[in-house]
Amino acid sequence: MTAASATAPQQPQDADTGRANGPRSRGPRQSMLSRSAAMLIMGVFTLYFLTPIWWLLVSSTKTGGEITGSAPLWFTAESLTTFFGNLGNLFTYGDGLFGRWLVNSAIYAGLGALAGTVIAAMCGYALAKYEFRGREAIFNVVLSGVLVPATALALPLFLIFSEVNLTNTLWAVFLPSLVSPFGVYLARIYAAASVPGELLEAARLDGSGEVRTFFTVSTRLMAPALVTIFLFQFVAIWNNFFLPLIMLRDQALFPVTLGLYAWNSQISQIPELRPLVIVGALVSILPLIIAFLGLQRFWSSGLGAGGVK
Amino acid sequence: MRAHYGKVTAAFAMISALTLSGCSAGGDSGSTDTGADGGACEPAEGPVELTFTTWVPGMDQVVELWNEENPDVQVTVQTGPNGNSGTYQNFFNQLQAGNAPDLGQIEYDALPNFRVQDGLENIAACEGIANAEDQFVDWTWGQVTFGEDDAVYAVPQDSGPMAMYYRADLFEAAGIEVPTTWEEYAAAAEQVKAEGAYITNFPRSDVNWFAGMVWQAGGQWFANDGEAWDVNLTGEESEQVATYWQDLLSEDLVSTLPSFSDEWNASFNEGQQWTWVSAVWGATTLSDAAPDTAGKWAVAPMPQWEDGGESAGNWGGSSTAVLKGSENPAEAAAFALWLNTDPEALALANELGGLYPAAESAAELEAFAGGVEFYGGQPIYDVFAEASSNVDPDFTWGPTMTQTYTDVSDGFGAAIGGSSTLMDALTEGQQKTIDALKAQSIPVNE
Repeated sequence: MTAASATAPQQPQDADTGRANGPRSRGPRQSMLSRSAAMLIMGVFTLYFLTPIWWLLVSSTKTGGEITGSAPLWFTAESLTTFFGNLGNLFTYGDGLFGRWLVNSAIYAGLGALAGTVIAAMCGYALAKYEFRGREAIFNVVLSGVLVPATALALPLFLIFSEVNLTNTLWAVFLPSLVSPFGVYLARIYAAASVPGELLEAARLDGSGEVRTFFTVSTRLMAPALVTIFLFQFVAIWNNFFLPLIMLRDQALFPVTLGLYAWNSQISQIPELRPLVIVGALVSILPLIIAFLGLQRFWSSGLGAGGVK
Repeated sequence: MRAHYGKVTAAFAMISALTLSGCSAGGDSGSTDTGADGGACEPAEGPVELTFTTWVPGMDQVVELWNEENPDVQVTVQTGPNGNSGTYQNFFNQLQAGNAPDLGQIEYDALPNFRVQDGLENIAACEGIANAEDQFVDWTWGQVTFGEDDAVYAVPQDSGPMAMYYRADLFEAAGIEVPTTWEEYAAAAEQVKAEGAYITNFPRSDVNWFAGMVWQAGGQWFANDGEAWDVNLTGEESEQVATYWQDLLSEDLVSTLPSFSDEWNASFNEGQQWTWVSAVWGATTLSDAAPDTAGKWAVAPMPQWEDGGESAGNWGGSSTAVLKGSENPAEAAAFALWLNTDPEALALANELGGLYPAAESAAELEAFAGGVEFYGGQPIYDVFAEASSNVDPDFTWGPTMTQTYTDVSDGFGAAIGGSSTLMDALTEGQQKTIDALKAQSIPVNE
């Protein structure tokens, strides 16, 4: 939020000065018109995307009855106390099940994205920097993996994991999260663009092994791309729902998405879960917002670099 | 973790192969665990561990009671989303992979689907099951045997006998008689409309509610003669029910809010709805949806098609089934029977999960005795116990109910929009159900 509001006002200012000084400046009227049109469209979209989140925030400060009984987009008089009450219930309901789910999600998404990024980076780097037979074929096969939706793979994965008795374990969700064809693609493109061959040559001459060069030199040059891959993977795993739904039966292993879904499907039987699902949904998107804001700068520069190539 | 290492690597290798090949290899699972057949049901020697998948809240605490008393048969509870939201699909996947839980919660309307796909263990030969029939409400037993001889595929868990919740205060204030027949109900609907409210809401997407209405009228949607299925969504009784509600809809005497939505709750809370013909589990739904109307509701038997009739419909209810491939069907069956007949277990399942047991002994439970405050102190469960004994025991569900519900519900939507009728929806649902059965190679009479 802070980053966005800090940069947003600058752009129109720049545009203004540019136009005022430039010889071919268009009339201020037209520029006003097109600018306000652009602002209007952006405003509408912002409203469209933020309203549900606003609703979520407001609703999390209400009791089950108030959600239906009060104005949907504004707070009630006791909002603050209700909110903390809801939050307290959320983390104590079912022996702190929700906290457990958050930790699970953090493990699946955090470690999964970290390991997945390392694997994708190594793979992409190798494809970009080493010449070997079948290189393009491998790359194309990996690329075609981007086209296969993860949902379509869930059932075959379930049957494979059943064969080795690994369903309903942490591994059933963790292992499939490690692979990211898109990450490999991005890593390759970025490594080709940002890691000069001369530098690797110099490292070799200085006696550095390939693995050491990769970890000490190349990964630093590839850092923006790695952050992008990490963020992509983190979000994808955090939001992944179908794979855990199929793989897991033990509530203690659920990630937060599946847990909330399970609660939500029980609302008709246990109405007190209603406010918990809502406040739980709010809490569950916080890590994503934090990850985005924290890594925003790297994220956009990494994407841009991939796009130019 | 260490013990798993080899397996983990193996799985990982396979995943890599899959991802690299870039397409999903079809799931040709090699393991087909056939399990015990219906003829024998021998108890195991030595300790047994069972898994039980359910979505009834608090079931783990009920099972705790069993585990304390039966150290040799330990049951682990696994929970998931409710059946149609994913658990049934998981059961089918697990049955295919040969690692289904020993026991699973399955609603009555989904049981035929599992039966047709051979997902249920016949536990008729297991100890205590064959003569358990008397312990359950008649119609629930019919649901788990499918009318087959020497066959029991599940133990009835809970049921949803229907009655009419109504706003006693509003009816009295307006001087309208509480309807006892559907004819009176339609007449009352006009009077209520004149008061600026609706007599009830027509639930477009709850086709199983509509089925409950047809059930009450004595209709049958499905029949199975042992060789092929009959599909009859458009029989005389269905037509009667469809025409009746169509008239109410056409004259705008009932509202058409999405069931259990916020608007629906608000409508009940604000006194816009004067009755709700619903199942026993609706008692808590209602008290939660409409907290401001506490003490103003009462419960009467469903309106009747014939003067002096007593029949009731049913909406919802589940069984505890022993899934195919269970290595210990004897212990699983014994547990299922205990779970659904033991007074202590039933009381706890009601307290924590809101279940209305299918066992006959439910009437004796303390939870169902005495008045309920929200309903003006009326002992409402007496009405439901009476209703339960008046549910037609022969109603049969089809093997593709999810599909039937979806198709009929789509048609109901069109009927509410005014472009067709409820009867059209049933006619179309009939055809689509027959098509779906054929597509799954399930024999069907036309």
